[in-house]
Amino acid sequence: MSALTSPSTGETLTWSDDDFEPDGRYLLDNSRLLGPIMLMPAVIYIIGLVGVPFALAIAYAFSDVTVGDQSIDWVGLRNFRDVWGNDTFQRALRNSFMFAIVSQVIVIILANMLAMVLSANFHGKRIVRFLVLLPWTTPIALAVIGWLWTLDNVYSPIDAALRELGLLGPGTMFGPGKNMLWLAKPDLAQLSVLTVHVWRTLPLATVILLAGLAAIPQDVKDAADVDGASFWRQFFYIRVPLLIPIMTVAILYGIVFTFTDMTVVYILTRGGPIDNTQVLASWAFFTGVEASNLAHGAAIALFLFPLLVVVALIMLRVAKRAETV
Amino acid sequence: MASVEVREIVKQFGENAPAVDHISLTAQDGEFLVLLGPSGCGKTTLLRMIGGLEPPTSGDVVIGNHVVTHLPPRARRIAMVFQSYALYPHMSVHDNIAFPLRAQGTPKAEQEKRINWAASILGLDGLMKRKPRQLSGGQRQRVALARALVREPSVFLLDEPLSNLDAQRRASARDELQQFQRSIGTTTIYVTHDQVEAMGMGDRIAVLNLGTVRQIGTPQEIYDDPADTFVATFLGSPPMNLVERGTMLHGFRPEHFSPAAWHDAANPFERFSFVPHREEYLGAERLIYGEVGDEKVVARFPATTQLDFSIGHPVEFGVATRHMRYFDAESGVRSYETP
Ligand SMILES: Nc1ncnc2c1ncn2[C@@H]1O[C@H](COP(=O)(O)OP(=O)(O)OP(=O)(O)O)[C@@H](O)[C@H]1O
Ligand SMILES: [Mg+2]
Repeated sequence: MSALTSPSTGETLTWSDDDFEPDGRYLLDNSRLLGPIMLMPAVIYIIGLVGVPFALAIAYAFSDVTVGDQSIDWVGLRNFRDVWGNDTFQRALRNSFMFAIVSQVIVIILANMLAMVLSANFHGKRIVRFLVLLPWTTPIALAVIGWLWTLDNVYSPIDAALRELGLLGPGTMFGPGKNMLWLAKPDLAQLSVLTVHVWRTLPLATVILLAGLAAIPQDVKDAADVDGASFWRQFFYIRVPLLIPIMTVAILYGIVFTFTDMTVVYILTRGGPIDNTQVLASWAFFTGVEASNLAHGAAIALFLFPLLVVVALIMLRVAKRAETV
Repeated sequence: MASVEVREIVKQFGENAPAVDHISLTAQDGEFLVLLGPSGCGKTTLLRMIGGLEPPTSGDVVIGNHVVTHLPPRARRIAMVFQSYALYPHMSVHDNIAFPLRAQGTPKAEQEKRINWAASILGLDGLMKRKPRQLSGGQRQRVALARALVREPSVFLLDEPLSNLDAQRRASARDELQQFQRSIGTTTIYVTHDQVEAMGMGDRIAVLNLGTVRQIGTPQEIYDDPADTFVATFLGSPPMNLVERGTMLHGFRPEHFSPAAWHDAANPFERFSFVPHREEYLGAERLIYGEVGDEKVVARFPATTQLDFSIGHPVEFGVATRHMRYFDAESGVRSYETP
């Protein structure tokens, strides 16, 4: 038995020799036990929802499986050859790259401008920041349905506005029709998909850049002021170089999101008109699920894999470099 | 080269008490002026207003006869060294030093000449390719100085540039910096809260408290003739003793406080009944802590002096009248009459 008088309350605290026995009570203090227990849910989740489907996709891609005949017979690279020879696949491949790259180029320019504006002090800054972030918080399917209405072939409010401004209609800048037919003309449909991607990935990029801007010490900006650097010199020689690591992260995130996304195309255009906005993800879905050719669908989807591996590797390298600066 | 003047300058952040409250002062052409004061007294704010990084609430900044209050920093021909050094982390030492020259559009050959010149006087020759993070604190400071120097500014503004150095490096850096300023003769305003630095380096010192200037003068004037009790107790370690008698505070430095028996009758002196409590031995000197009445006072003696009194027993002490300083007990302001 030991005893001690509490200095704060004056109570007598006692404990017995039993308290020092290594029984079950302290089991969870052991990190070699606690660690695996805490990790278990995440590991199960990843194996169940990522590992198993991925293994299945590989198995399907090298076999002749269809929805009707699910037995897996090995066919080597035949699926990949078949898929590659298809015109729509070629277009989907081009579109995937085009949407990802063009949208991210636009996003990075706009995000830089937005972040700079939002890092300044002005009234209502919190509200504006909230509004900028809003597209990111909307479930993508809902947001795209909103866009579907906005770009409607008949009732598009954009068209209505253009007509009001005298830009649309007979004898005007955008031609004689009453509607632009955003989703029905190939190039406008592509532009529409691009716009939605930009609209959707811009908020995250902006927030990431804002964090990066805030991390540049005020003293460094002041020093550049005192050193006589003009706005553009400060922008290109101080801000951009200091932001490059975090900008890379923002771009890579955007590329992954746009490259793997099929919701936008699926809801907005269903790949049309005549497959003009088809991307790998949507084409894989249409082939594998809607056309019941699981093997071809899996092979198409697997084309995404090498690119995403490269992107992930670059991201890890950038993250590691940012840690050592 | 130019003088720097601030006129009735005020800076108010929000609803708080002003950080800088109607300060007027002038740094003469070529002078080394030190701004000294406790943390939060507005030193950095004042310096940033002179540099144009902070717009004043009211008042003016004048550099070399031009009112520059509304000019941006780059129009003021100043160079500033920040407390954090504020080097550009992604640029090599060479590019850091070159940055202000490139911004000015100095011709390439001229740039290299000036960079080499600055690098050689500051001993940076072997470090030109390194990044700031590969440098020690002292080296970073020298890079920051070199970057300020190459522009050949008319005014140097330095904000506690030595505060990140260890005691030893700081002493030598202090020395180098002062010699360097003497040799180029650029008007310099130097912020510090370290009185040793201020006393050792400044041609003149401006003592600040709560956003106002309490006194401006040479180090000797500030130390020997403090204008009020704030200055008297801010400088000196230990600071000036203050003993209240009637409506006056009687002030004296610890080194002037000695046994009455040591004073000779020819020189008038003021008597105090001193109770020594504790002795502190500091190598070169010893400090005796004790009380006069119920006020704490300190006496300072060279360590070699034989002391003929003992701890705990009251002893008669005295201070030569010419070393006494008097202050109004209520306002703390210096009074030049002998009570
Ligand atoms: N941007 C700001 N916004 C609000 N208050 C500020 C700002 N900058 C400084 N202050 C306030 O102004 C006062 C003076 O600050 P300043 O930085 O000038 O002090 P200082 O004398 O340099 O102190 P230190 O020796 O600690 O560096 C402080 O009370 C500080 O809190
Ligand atoms: Mg400061």
